[in-house]
Amino acid sequence: MVNQPLSQPGLAARVLAGDRAALARLLTYLENDTEIGELAFEKLYPHTGRAHLIGITGPPGGGKSTLVNELIREYRQRGANIAIIAIDPSSPLTGGATLGDRIRMQEWHADPGVFIRSMASRRFGGGLARNTLAVAHAFDAAGFDPIIIETVGSGQDEVAIASLAMTTLLVQVPGTGDGVQTLKAGSLEIGDILVVTKGDRPESGELARDLRNLRHVALAAGSEQTGWTAPVIKTSAVRQEGIDKLLDAIGEHRQWLEESGEMETRLLTIVSTEVTSRVQEALYRQLQRPNAGDETTRNIIDRVTARQLTPQQAATQIFSRIRNGSS
Amino acid sequence: MGSEHQPGNERQRPIRVLVAKPGLDGHDRGAKVMARAFRDAGFEVIYTGLFQTAEMIANAALQEDVDVVGLSILSGAHMSLFPPIIDALHEVGRDDALIVAGGTIPTEDIPALEALGVSKIFGPGTRLQDAVAYIHDHAPVRTDVP
Repeated sequence: MVNQPLSQPGLAARVLAGDRAALARLLTYLENDTEIGELAFEKLYPHTGRAHLIGITGPPGGGKSTLVNELIREYRQRGANIAIIAIDPSSPLTGGATLGDRIRMQEWHADPGVFIRSMASRRFGGGLARNTLAVAHAFDAAGFDPIIIETVGSGQDEVAIASLAMTTLLVQVPGTGDGVQTLKAGSLEIGDILVVTKGDRPESGELARDLRNLRHVALAAGSEQTGWTAPVIKTSAVRQEGIDKLLDAIGEHRQWLEESGEMETRLLTIVSTEVTSRVQEALYRQLQRPNAGDETTRNIIDRVTARQLTPQQAATQIFSRIRNGSS
Repeated sequence: MGSEHQPGNERQRPIRVLVAKPGLDGHDRGAKVMARAFRDAGFEVIYTGLFQTAEMIANAALQEDVDVVGLSILSGAHMSLFPPIIDALHEVGRDDALIVAGGTIPTEDIPALEALGVSKIFGPGTRLQDAVAYIHDHAPVRTDVP
């Protein structure tokens, strides 16, 4: 059986009118780079730029999805329509994926104010899926605000979410290392808000203390120039504690972004990142074109194998061929 | 139900499969094994696990825009649980997905379930690769997003 396409010219209008089935199908179109999706997106894009994009990142099993579920509860109580993009990794071997974040967020199935969509990373990298932002824009156009992007469980160095979200929550889990971990560079630096999950665990107090101490050091050293000091908030989903504080902190961050002018800077970063990545993709596709594997390109690669060219020299030669349209 | 092979319309993206366990039995080993086998076959599996109501399954199928809905059941309550699931999928417009089921389902119940719209029942002893191959061959290929 071949599914009936939902690709009528009215797709964008239906999404704007709140049609959830049309929205779900649009997300599939966007995830898979279809022309139908792009056409609808062109109509929807002017309706975006309203929603607050919140990124959540942290280690696997760190309680991100559970935290998201608690955030949904609190945002719904405050009357917001909320969308979730939950990203899980794709297999490097088969391309398959188990998307299991939704399992923590099942109590909202009858609530039209909550829309949860899982995405496989499809090996995009950085803990994200390639079209994450396009999907977020679609939710934005459909009237959801905020939109939460939950990254793939990440380690110390996945920071891409910060160039996509306006407020980034960095989840830290108690009992996974001593205070030295809190000194390290990387993910810790991109959190606008640091969240210590599993706050019912005894080690959570120590972790929150370490993180707060670090913040004071950064303040004293003057190394935080932005005017925003990341608060450390301890949450417990079991005890339903700290979530209201976290929502308040997100609200304060949003307000600070707007009042300080930092929002404009971040929006510029988000848009530039998006445009640049589209350019990169176009170039990459150009490289993947059949004639990019032509004899000249192969000769260049062979010369690298023979150590006659460095990879950089080869890349420069190939790139200039593409730019001159000579491939 | 069933599939039509459209020449020239090859699948270009991973098959999206919802794996859900309706009802109240807690035996999710089978569902987890299937989810793993589907993942290893290159499918994108949305795993929602235990205790799924008809409405939860339909809502997940809608929001996740899956190609396949896989139901695992070992409680023996399939004859009372499956009709509302099919109804709920119909209500949200997602009864176009390929619906398959696995678990302890007596063979005499299969014709009634098939009449209901369940395309295939994978009983005990089904080889994983057979279930994978069935979905591969029968999951709808969409013309709008192949």
